[in-house]
Amino acid sequence: MPVLAESTTDFSKTEINAALTAEQKRHLLRDMIRIREFETGAFEQYQKKKMGGFLHLYIGQEAVAVGSVSLMGDNDHVITAYRDHGHALAVGMGMDECMAELFGKRTGCSKGKGGSMHFFAPDKNYWGGHGIVGGQTPLGLGLAFGLKYKGLKGCSMCFLGDGAVNQGAYHESLNLAGLWDLPVIYVIENNGYSMGTSQKRSSAFNTCLAERAAGYGIIWDVVRNGSDLYEVREVVGRAVERAHAESRPTVLEISTYRYEGHSVADAKHNKQTLQEGYRTKDEIEHYRKNFDPIGNFSEKLIQEGVTTEEEIKEIRKAAVAETRASVTFADQSAFPTAEDLLTDVYSEVDHNTLAGRTGRHFFND
Amino acid sequence: MRTITYRQALNEAFDEEIQRDPNVFLIGEEVAEYDGAYKVTQGLWKKHGDKRVVDSPISESGFIGMAVGASMLGLRPVCELMFWSFYTVAWDQIANNAGMVRYMSGGLINCPIVIRGPANGGTNVGATHSHTPENIMATIPGLKVVCPATARDAKGLMKTAIRDNDPVMFMENTMLYGLEGEVPDPADGDFTIPLGVADLKREGGDVSLIAHGRSVLIALEAAEILSAEHGIECDVLDLRSIRPLDEEAILETVAKTSRVVLVDENKPFCGVSAQIAALIQEKAFDDLDAPVQRVCSIDAPAIYSPPVEKEQLPTARRVIDKVLSII
Ligand SMILES: Cc1ncc(C[n+]2csc(CCOP(=O)(O)OP(=O)(O)O)c2C)c(N)n1
Ligand SMILES: [Mg+2]
Repeated sequence: MPVLAESTTDFSKTEINAALTAEQKRHLLRDMIRIREFETGAFEQYQKKKMGGFLHLYIGQEAVAVGSVSLMGDNDHVITAYRDHGHALAVGMGMDECMAELFGKRTGCSKGKGGSMHFFAPDKNYWGGHGIVGGQTPLGLGLAFGLKYKGLKGCSMCFLGDGAVNQGAYHESLNLAGLWDLPVIYVIENNGYSMGTSQKRSSAFNTCLAERAAGYGIIWDVVRNGSDLYEVREVVGRAVERAHAESRPTVLEISTYRYEGHSVADAKHNKQTLQEGYRTKDEIEHYRKNFDPIGNFSEKLIQEGVTTEEEIKEIRKAAVAETRASVTFADQSAFPTAEDLLTDVYSEVDHNTLAGRTGRHFFND
Repeated sequence: MRTITYRQALNEAFDEEIQRDPNVFLIGEEVAEYDGAYKVTQGLWKKHGDKRVVDSPISESGFIGMAVGASMLGLRPVCELMFWSFYTVAWDQIANNAGMVRYMSGGLINCPIVIRGPANGGTNVGATHSHTPENIMATIPGLKVVCPATARDAKGLMKTAIRDNDPVMFMENTMLYGLEGEVPDPADGDFTIPLGVADLKREGGDVSLIAHGRSVLIALEAAEILSAEHGIECDVLDLRSIRPLDEEAILETVAKTSRVVLVDENKPFCGVSAQIAALIQEKAFDDLDAPVQRVCSIDAPAIYSPPVEKEQLPTARRVIDKVLSII
């Protein structure tokens, strides 16, 4: 089973990372810290019963979204599954609209209609937020198809989990991507588990999950240490380059780890022994200690002289304050009304076009 | 007016829309080089090329989901399901992605896609190939559903469906593809028919027959016999579009005749006619002189055996019997 491992290469020196300015590096660190603090705050609010449903936290995996998104140009697009807060903040969505969405408020990014699993920001090339495991993989392909059809040089980064790779829709997408030379990058965020099922118990594979792409004639690669933002950028960067230059797909597998439960209600994720749950407190501690993307990157930037302990403290403080403000914003925002149930169903109805005014669209009393 | 087949009418609609809007393209299994399993897209690949008419591998979830994704970027894919029966393997992409992405994004994303193909029984292809899922599609708020019965309606509704900014599920019929009908000449201008407008295909004051798709033709056949043999005159209302639904036209004919027989190739349980019946009892109860009656496909999987399959679908005979039972 592929697990996070320290790389022997120093990825900070590769071309794509050497090109980063000190300011950009601090920004990347700040982005990861903002995600961590936002989700920590959201978790607290969940426990205060400010939101319903599921809350799938990304804590521990931040380097994957931030590293990948940092490579996006104007015509590059992102789509992911339900563990979507990290990608959302990374593309530049505001904490306010995200927290308000969790609270089910009208000021949320989806007006309170989507919830935690369904964040969207098409103006930032962010296409969700999808609740059906693997269901986003054909959509990600479609974004790539759209780019190619329009003659735009861009790519679609489609994130999925290690559990999602066993869905048929993903394999159909790989076949079409390979067949039609579509500039899509499937990024498997392998955090070792799909809910309470370890990768060993869910997937048949040879050396890794990404390798399955070879059967479709698609180039694949792995990030061994997904807590190293530099390594993520290096490997994803090559795939973006391939998509832009050759309009060819890539499948990447990034080893990473989630610290919290599958969703925040997951009684079996941090037990003393494997008899009691699917993973142990010790295991989680091991990853927290050795493979924390924020700790890892902080250390590197301090060593590089790009930042200081004090500055990082300030960044964290600011992120905490921003999170608190977003909680206040969400708290003070109004819920949608029952009338809002019936908007955003049909575009033609919302825009009150002739088509929208013709015939009965809804079948209530 | 000139007459062309239902198949040619659809073909014309695609041809015109492909030329009108560079974002329109056709995609499906065998739609390009093979000219379409039912030749509905005949000649279009030769004329418009690989970009606008795309052959897909057998991968309904893959290519329909892909088309949904492409439509989010503003393309207008027209996807062919070789049979609508195959919606089952693409259902997640249709229901959750095409149907719900607008809502879940709070209206930020549109999905201007058309999914089309034949949805009918009657051709002895067995239960897996004979589904009529218009009722199933219409249960998803966010999807629109259209079922044309004639060449004219097929063309006019298809052009509108392609231009619509919401996902439209367009149900054709292999038994109608070869039927001819009058369709306006393109030289006389752009011809479209709005969704949500029913068409009174026959007028008569005694009983209302309400139907969609090929059942409209069954209803018309029954109406002629009822007129000739029993002196009973029927309104035949063709719904044309299931969602949006022309409620006014339904209530109007019911008010006029006070007696209704719904003709519906769906199975009875939660078929389109069940919805129409509910609507009539709720809104026109006082207009009725008899219970609303239904003629549906007989409630079992579609049988293969050719003579029995004929009986499983609505027939003029069964429609006539129902009419006589309430008059
Ligand atoms: C089609 C479908 N089946 C099951 C589920 C329930 N479910 C949600 S997440 C999940 C585990 C997926 O794990 P993985 O793909 O590894 O992603 P991760 O949660 O680790 O990010 C399951 C079983 C679902 N949402 N959709
Ligand atoms: Mg996982």
